[in-house]
Amino acid sequence: MKDLLKKGTALSAVVAGCVLAFSATTTTTASADEACGADVTMTYVSWGGAYSASQQKAYHDPWMAKCPGIKIVNDDSASEGLAKLRAQVEAGNVTWDLVDMEAAQAVTACEEGLAEEIDPDTHLAPAPDGTPASKDFFDGFFVSECYIPQIVYSTTFGYRTDAFGDKKLSSIADVFDLEAFPGKRALEKRPDGNLEWALIADGVPASDVYDVLETEEGVARAFNKLATIKDQVIWWTKGAQPPQLLADGEVVIASAYNGRLFSAIVEKNQPIAMMWQWQVFAIDGWVIPKGTKNKDQVLKYLRFATDTQRLADQAKYISYGPARKSSAPLVGKHADLGIDMGPHMPTAPENAKETLLYNTDWWADNRESFDERFNAWLAK
Amino acid sequence: MALPAHVEPLERFWYYAFRVICALIFIFLIGPILVIIPLSFNAIPYFSFTPEMLSFDPAGYSTKWYKDFFTNPNWQGGVRNSFIIAFFATILSASLGTLAALGLSRPEMPFQKTFMALLISPMIVPLIISAAGMYFFYSDIGLASTHLGVIIAHAALGTPFVVITVTATLTGFDHSLTRAAASLGAPPHTVFFKVIMPLILPGIISGGLFAFITSFDEVVVVLFVGSYEQRTIPWQMFSGIREQISPTILAVATILVMISICLLATVELLRRRSERLRGLSPA
Amino acid sequence: MTDGTVANEGPLVTSDGRPLKQSLQAALKQKRRQAFMLTVPLLAFIFIFFIVPIIAMLWRSVENPEVPNYLPNTVAALQSWDEASGVLPGEDVYAAMVKDLQIGRENRTIGKVGRRLNYEIPGMSSLFKGSSRKAKNMTEAPFKDALIKASKKWEKLDVWQLIKRESGDLTASYYLSAMDLRFTPDGSVAAQPENRQIYIFLFQRTLIMSVVITGLCILLGFPIAYLLATIPMRYAGLLMILVLLPFWTSLLVRTTAWIALLQSQGVINDLLVAIGVVSDDGRLQLIHNKTGTFIAMTHILLPFMILPLYSVMKTIPPSYMRAARSMGATQWWAFYKVYFPLTLSGIGAGTILVFILSIGFYITPALVGGTSGTLISNFIANHVSVTLNWGLAAALGTMLLALVLVLYLIYDKIVGVDNMKMG
Repeated sequence: MKDLLKKGTALSAVVAGCVLAFSATTTTTASADEACGADVTMTYVSWGGAYSASQQKAYHDPWMAKCPGIKIVNDDSASEGLAKLRAQVEAGNVTWDLVDMEAAQAVTACEEGLAEEIDPDTHLAPAPDGTPASKDFFDGFFVSECYIPQIVYSTTFGYRTDAFGDKKLSSIADVFDLEAFPGKRALEKRPDGNLEWALIADGVPASDVYDVLETEEGVARAFNKLATIKDQVIWWTKGAQPPQLLADGEVVIASAYNGRLFSAIVEKNQPIAMMWQWQVFAIDGWVIPKGTKNKDQVLKYLRFATDTQRLADQAKYISYGPARKSSAPLVGKHADLGIDMGPHMPTAPENAKETLLYNTDWWADNRESFDERFNAWLAK
Repeated sequence: MALPAHVEPLERFWYYAFRVICALIFIFLIGPILVIIPLSFNAIPYFSFTPEMLSFDPAGYSTKWYKDFFTNPNWQGGVRNSFIIAFFATILSASLGTLAALGLSRPEMPFQKTFMALLISPMIVPLIISAAGMYFFYSDIGLASTHLGVIIAHAALGTPFVVITVTATLTGFDHSLTRAAASLGAPPHTVFFKVIMPLILPGIISGGLFAFITSFDEVVVVLFVGSYEQRTIPWQMFSGIREQISPTILAVATILVMISICLLATVELLRRRSERLRGLSPA
Repeated sequence: MTDGTVANEGPLVTSDGRPLKQSLQAALKQKRRQAFMLTVPLLAFIFIFFIVPIIAMLWRSVENPEVPNYLPNTVAALQSWDEASGVLPGEDVYAAMVKDLQIGRENRTIGKVGRRLNYEIPGMSSLFKGSSRKAKNMTEAPFKDALIKASKKWEKLDVWQLIKRESGDLTASYYLSAMDLRFTPDGSVAAQPENRQIYIFLFQRTLIMSVVITGLCILLGFPIAYLLATIPMRYAGLLMILVLLPFWTSLLVRTTAWIALLQSQGVINDLLVAIGVVSDDGRLQLIHNKTGTFIAMTHILLPFMILPLYSVMKTIPPSYMRAARSMGATQWWAFYKVYFPLTLSGIGAGTILVFILSIGFYITPALVGGTSGTLISNFIANHVSVTLNWGLAAALGTMLLALVLVLYLIYDKIVGVDNMKMG
């Protein structure tokens, strides 16, 4: 017992030591600044991985360098962003300061009163030539009164270059062709995107997919097409998964966000290639949670982080297109590798020959009913 | 179950077959835990043994995943949170649980079975239901996304273990001992600290260790009630497995296995000591 | 007893003159109160931070605040409308709806109503969002024509029947959904269309998979418990560590280990390819399906079967088997007739424990189960954090909880919760 007690005391000493060591917080000494707002630690919610890293380097780090009193912490739970935001707002206990959201979810958040409304021309910086923000962002990017767009990204396909001999994946139909291109696929575990692709692969013209999805026969047709590859599909839920699944050889074809594929192919030299046909364009941006305690600081940050230069800077780290027209000419080379980022952008003419524009309004209205049916279909 | 010399061949066959089967099951039980240890020293970021590893070439091994674990702020924040949360949750559940066990084990306790069933329920209710319920309710009262909220939630999950182990050390406890002490003039707190405490201390410690490991390993409730600020090691592992499967996770897993071994040894020693003290088993 | 001498006549009394019986009862009462007071802090703690949250969540399965709160004028106007009449409501109801849409748009509550009704009839969400945008400009009568002009759906009877049906403060529709049922427009109950039926199937799958996993645990746990109970103590102690180590190891660690072993580029497939059992192209799919869930969950739950079995087998004297053998029984017959029946209480305890734990499993199926190997818990989690249908999550949760509690009561009857052992 004596030994044990000794061990016990030693253990508790170690534990106490750890607790003390860890709880010694770093104190910041900078004073409040007119341009930065009062000193505070803010929690920003985003998607993790290569994408959060690009935001960190292009937006957060420069802002924190400018405002030593501001500390920005990343929370990678954007994939559950809407749910957690709703729980926080309804409980009146908002701990988040800024949330990165897809456009369709942001529409819902705004409609349910979960997000602060913003006015582009008062809150966001004008272009260097003086064009007001509302005109500088691409048309239709302000999908709701609460949305601050950042990037345009695309969901497209990557495949392993060593999987099919000399053959290259060249069309969406090939993704559904198990004979010519055998092996596992990874698709995102959600109806949007997949249903459109299934219809296009089944011969529906891209311009008609949303009309076809309005009808019961059209929906059945899409599901039936997906069913042809269902038992070969691993469903992913986080953006970092598909490049990983490809790199590990767990799948041979995967749908993925183009920026994640870029970082696997170009930065990590994985034997992966892209297939751009019918990439689905979508917008990503910020919403400010209703009732955030640091609205002043967040707005000051946003004015900086969504200006022309910062949006162009993000494209140095990940191949997503800036949401401002004025940023486009400033997009240059990759920060570390020095390669030209232009050809890797989803909007590059070479890549954007056939593209599908994600119908934000349509999915904002229909996502829930489709989710239910999609999950039922998946589980069987 | 030693084999006598005069058994029939068939029986002899079954005797060995049975041991082979048992050996296979033991491999199933322990193999996966052992396999991750060498894999965590893999030089390349995959979950398989490379030819270099199999030929024991030092180039096939690396400690870089451990270095990543010890330098990455995400993991280090997780370590800090895990210890803080588990430490306070253990204190809370050990003190509340011990008090309750003292009451429950008294022969005069009313509705003893009902209360026991109620207090054990956090162990039985599916975690997803507890987690969802706490998520909504703690959000409403402002405890969601706070360390305090996660500590309280984990303490609730840990108390059944303390109640069970302390009650177990009190079974067969001779209540005339406390009466004897009291009749000799000892005030209640002296009775508690001089008579009861030494007997139940092993139970409290092992119950506390159970509560500690429950909190330390728990992930569902942290995922729902906590947020990034409260991320624990399991939280980080869960999101890591779903996102970027790097061998750092295996390095963390190896470290956790080592911690489990230490805790297991402590609990075993305590259990034996307690049984000896109460005369339940010969030394 | 000093007072014995004083109380020669009449009832026994204590030194202070009270009857002994009364005095003893008072003392017992005080002791009962003392014992109870010791448990009060934990009871209160568990009640506030565990029981109340669960009850509050379960309440969400019948709670129905959206329509009555956010369409108050419409609900009031619909009072006088007979939903069985077969005719559309009158102008007053449409006027009330326009007013509610305008207010709802202003307060940003109309999205909540739309989402709520969308659970019952797909398309209601877009109807309310779209109409509320247009309602801003509807300032004068006739509102009926204006609304129908905004969307044809407003002249459909079932839309109004739905609103009237869901205008109460409580609803049964989440439970119906959880059982793959729905209300028909006339208010009777019917099965969901085929492509939306899922939950009965999932409950069945959860139960079947739990039965299989429990069966596997008995199959693997029995020999180990028997071995541990029959070999000499010093070996048993060592081998016991092999059972307890997995028990003490984090669930996530063990799940991670299985991912490393089972994935198609993982250790087991590499081994099978190396010894030539499968070709490099024909690697087995052992993960992201039912197989993965079976293997990993059996591994995780096996100690919960072995430990109660072992503690029962430990109490069976070896002399019973020797007696049976000496009277001429073969080894098998002695085992089957004498030993096995004595282990049944241990099998019972282990079975219920493993079964209870497995039907509520969430983390392991989420990581290794793909889509075919996920359980009802995964769907509850999905409704809580992805689809945000909290009422349905609560209804499914209530059903799962009821199932578990019934099993828990059975377990309590067989084993007694106070006999639960650990480690």
